[in-house]
Amino acid sequence: METIRLKIDGREITAQAGQTILEVAKENGINIPTLCHLDGVEDVGACRLCIVDVHGQLVTSCTTKVGADMDVQTQTAPVKEYRRMILELLFAEGSHVCSFCVSNGGCELQDLACDLEMHSVRVPYSFPRNRIDATHPQFLIDRDRCVLCGRCVRVCAQVEGAHTWGFAERGSTARVITDLAVDWGQAESCTSCGKCVESCPTGAIVRKGASNAEMRKKADLVGRLTERREHE
Amino acid sequence: MNRRLDVLVCSGAACVSSHSAEVKSALACEIDARGLSDEIRLVETGCMGPCELGPVLLIYPGGTFYVRVSPNDVAEIVEEHFLKGRPVRRLLWETPEARRIAEEKKQVPFFEKQQKIVLANCGEIDPENIEEFIATGGYEALGRALTEKSPEELIETLVASGLRGRGGAGFPTGLKWRFVARESGKTKVVVCNADEGDPGAFMDRSLLEGDPHSVIEGMTIAAYAVGANHGYVYVRAEYPLAIRRLKTAIEQARNAGLLGLNILETGFAFDLEVRIGAGAFVCGEETALIASIEGERGMPRTRPPYPSTSGVFGHPTLINNAETWGNIRHIVLHGAQWFAAIGTPQSPGTKVFALSGKVVNTGLVEVPMGTTLREVIFDIGGGIPNGKAFKAVQTGGPSGGCIPAEYLDTPIDYESLKKLGAIMGSGGIIVMDEDNCMVNIAKYFLDFTCDESCGKCVPCRAGTRQMLDLLEKITDGKGETADIDRLRSLGMMVASTSLCGLGQSAPNPVLSTLKYFGHEYQAHIHEHRCEAKVCPSMIRFEINPAACRACDKCRTVCPVTAITGKPGTPPYQLDAQTCIRCGRCAEVCPFDAIAINSGDLN
Amino acid sequence: MSKVKVSTLWFSGCAGCHMSLLDIDEVLIELAGRIELCNSPITDLKVFPEGGVDVTLIEGAVANEEQLHLVKEAREKSKILIAFGDCAVTGNVPGLRNGMNTDKLIEDIYGKGVTTNGKLPYDVVPHLLDRVRPVHEVVPVEYFLHGCPPPPGVIAKAILALLDGKTPELQGEDLKFG
Repeated sequence: METIRLKIDGREITAQAGQTILEVAKENGINIPTLCHLDGVEDVGACRLCIVDVHGQLVTSCTTKVGADMDVQTQTAPVKEYRRMILELLFAEGSHVCSFCVSNGGCELQDLACDLEMHSVRVPYSFPRNRIDATHPQFLIDRDRCVLCGRCVRVCAQVEGAHTWGFAERGSTARVITDLAVDWGQAESCTSCGKCVESCPTGAIVRKGASNAEMRKKADLVGRLTERREHE
Repeated sequence: MNRRLDVLVCSGAACVSSHSAEVKSALACEIDARGLSDEIRLVETGCMGPCELGPVLLIYPGGTFYVRVSPNDVAEIVEEHFLKGRPVRRLLWETPEARRIAEEKKQVPFFEKQQKIVLANCGEIDPENIEEFIATGGYEALGRALTEKSPEELIETLVASGLRGRGGAGFPTGLKWRFVARESGKTKVVVCNADEGDPGAFMDRSLLEGDPHSVIEGMTIAAYAVGANHGYVYVRAEYPLAIRRLKTAIEQARNAGLLGLNILETGFAFDLEVRIGAGAFVCGEETALIASIEGERGMPRTRPPYPSTSGVFGHPTLINNAETWGNIRHIVLHGAQWFAAIGTPQSPGTKVFALSGKVVNTGLVEVPMGTTLREVIFDIGGGIPNGKAFKAVQTGGPSGGCIPAEYLDTPIDYESLKKLGAIMGSGGIIVMDEDNCMVNIAKYFLDFTCDESCGKCVPCRAGTRQMLDLLEKITDGKGETADIDRLRSLGMMVASTSLCGLGQSAPNPVLSTLKYFGHEYQAHIHEHRCEAKVCPSMIRFEINPAACRACDKCRTVCPVTAITGKPGTPPYQLDAQTCIRCGRCAEVCPFDAIAINSGDLN
Repeated sequence: MSKVKVSTLWFSGCAGCHMSLLDIDEVLIELAGRIELCNSPITDLKVFPEGGVDVTLIEGAVANEEQLHLVKEAREKSKILIAFGDCAVTGNVPGLRNGMNTDKLIEDIYGKGVTTNGKLPYDVVPHLLDRVRPVHEVVPVEYFLHGCPPPPGVIAKAILALLDGKTPELQGEDLKFG
């Protein structure tokens, strides 16, 4: 495999051709925030939080492959400011009330607020009022806590192969749906495998009846699963 | 048969909506009744351009050009013109300012500054008849390409011509071809992007309606050059006439051996499939369009990989806009140098624009690149109607920028427009006059892009929403000084971080109006004054007691009884609290006694 | 050296943030020596002192007309304003009524919701605002203490830093909501 030399934040780094900037950064202990990225499924560059500066261009590190002599900056002032604004937009468009969320303390969005030093949300909150779909016997989805990262959609299609989850509508009314927008409990394609629950970064898709302490998600489940499949 | 006259009836969608079909059948009846069927040929063509004046007729020889023809005019046209050889002067195009009647089409100022290459056949031939296309030199370029030229030579010609993508981004077309040609994949795909979604844009539609074979020919030449055997034309469902004519043209081309397994008996195989878009604006973005062709939800994908490496179903894909395809056969026929000499060195060739808004001659125009905005709007477009003052022009559709009067002499090319914060886009030109409020205009366009955002990436989905809310706040009279900075920083973030071109360009109308019309934002925020008197929250209707004659007209039309008074006893009173600012009273007042005012009272 | 004047206000919130403030253990002793607690739910003082205060902590979201008036007064009379806890920072639980019709809400709770003598409370309590807002959506705020409630350690850290004339360095876990 071809070896590539590049710079990340001024550090000389050696990487393999075909790796993404995010992979290489992780291997070298350089932290880049992510939300829609999930080990084991395809990257789509939807949340835009992993943007980095490559020769003055902002690119998503999860979808951009390393190149020879690349000069990657992960912490420039605009990059940090834009990440923070994006995070604020996410908080403002949903109803992410941590205090009574079953994922409180185990939520990637909550952690991002700490990591990105989000002191306040500078845009008005929208306080959406979507219906909670608790029709599935084991799980439920609270769409007000959904960040539309699409991890459930990709896991369901690419790992479980069920294609239960999908997107509907567009713009600020876009949402994830089960089958052809039927209640989850009526979605015939759902195998109830629970991978979407473990993959959901927030408290949007959770196990019913679980207490806060019980609802700790295994975000690495899908990555380990696909790795084992590859080694079979 | 002794054919004397060709009568061309424009059957572009605009003329069809102004009842050109009735004109045509009236003509057919009249011609038949007079026993002229053998002498006069009636042809339905694609768009001739001046849509404002439809239905239009063009008569050869002579080039007589009739405008605003109604079925009632038909008997006179046949009697006077077709039989007696005297054109019906009242139906000729009269230029208002010059009071000049154009005896024939080429004297009409609307056409004088145009140079038609892509649209050369539009309005001149019957798009549903392949023979007419062939008679104008159609498929000759394909024949020469297949028999005389190697794929490499064709690509070199394209590169040398300097043709750039007409969909908006302006990427060099030849380079795209080269990238796809160099890919090793066995299956390659050629795609025509005709998912023209910009409000007020109808370049691609007119081309497909008026000259579908030129697109087919361009795509087939490209397929040969890059080694593809399959192609898709992606057209939006809102274009039924274009779809019908395109399908007819594909069928005719197949029957003529110009599409299919053995094109022109050279052994080269290529065929086309029409895919109909379901109405999402974002599907005009190439990666979303590809996803849609694959049967997936039309959401953009990150690039790289570019479609040239991995496009439709993962195959190397050559995707060009319909207008780009329309240029190909001309470049192959006339050579790279001929093409490069038209337009400007950086942006060679012509560009088709859909001219709309506050301009006398709305319609479809094709001009060499480098023509100035002023020439397009004032010389071709005939200027601003009703003696109003020009305020701004927006190029590039909803994600374009608004350009003020001081830049009217800017030549239209990719770089010049970009420098002004606007874009070429696919070719929409919307003209605005003094009655347009620029804050409201920005809101209108952002409302469109916000609604059409696919929802995949956060900056576009949530950022445009926040920007729209801020604009609504300002036009509702609740704006704060800080909102301007908020708009600007959100706009820059959305432009810098969005996944696809939709989000990256969506803030353009806001950022460009902030830049050139910042004073209007300030007036809305600080004085609650809407200069153009558009924003309902900031206007008030007031009766001028000196002018009021107590005719009672205003009181009778007011839907909320805000106006009181006795007939014959002026002045009438208007209660501002009750008034809903619909404007009916001002419209009906015969004495101009009702004024529209804006701004804080002191 | 004169003591630093501190006020605390309690808007729409559960008083948990004030409980957490009282839960800062031995730091309370230090504070007692360095601050003068002015108007606050935990003192008998209900109005800002003449000349204003140095710091005001606001617990709760801005949800009614009285709070809207008070938050503007607090801004005028305080050098430093701190949004104290998630309700003040984000709207949090009180914000969940946004999008509901307030008149209907009041009618349902006070009118139909009681079995006897259902009566709308507007002659005695302030009218609800159409929309619950976090403090910084109404007036500028200097610092934000996250948490429902903010942990005592974070409160102590922020107040002690301010008393020393420093900017509170709130980072990482200090910024955890919930």
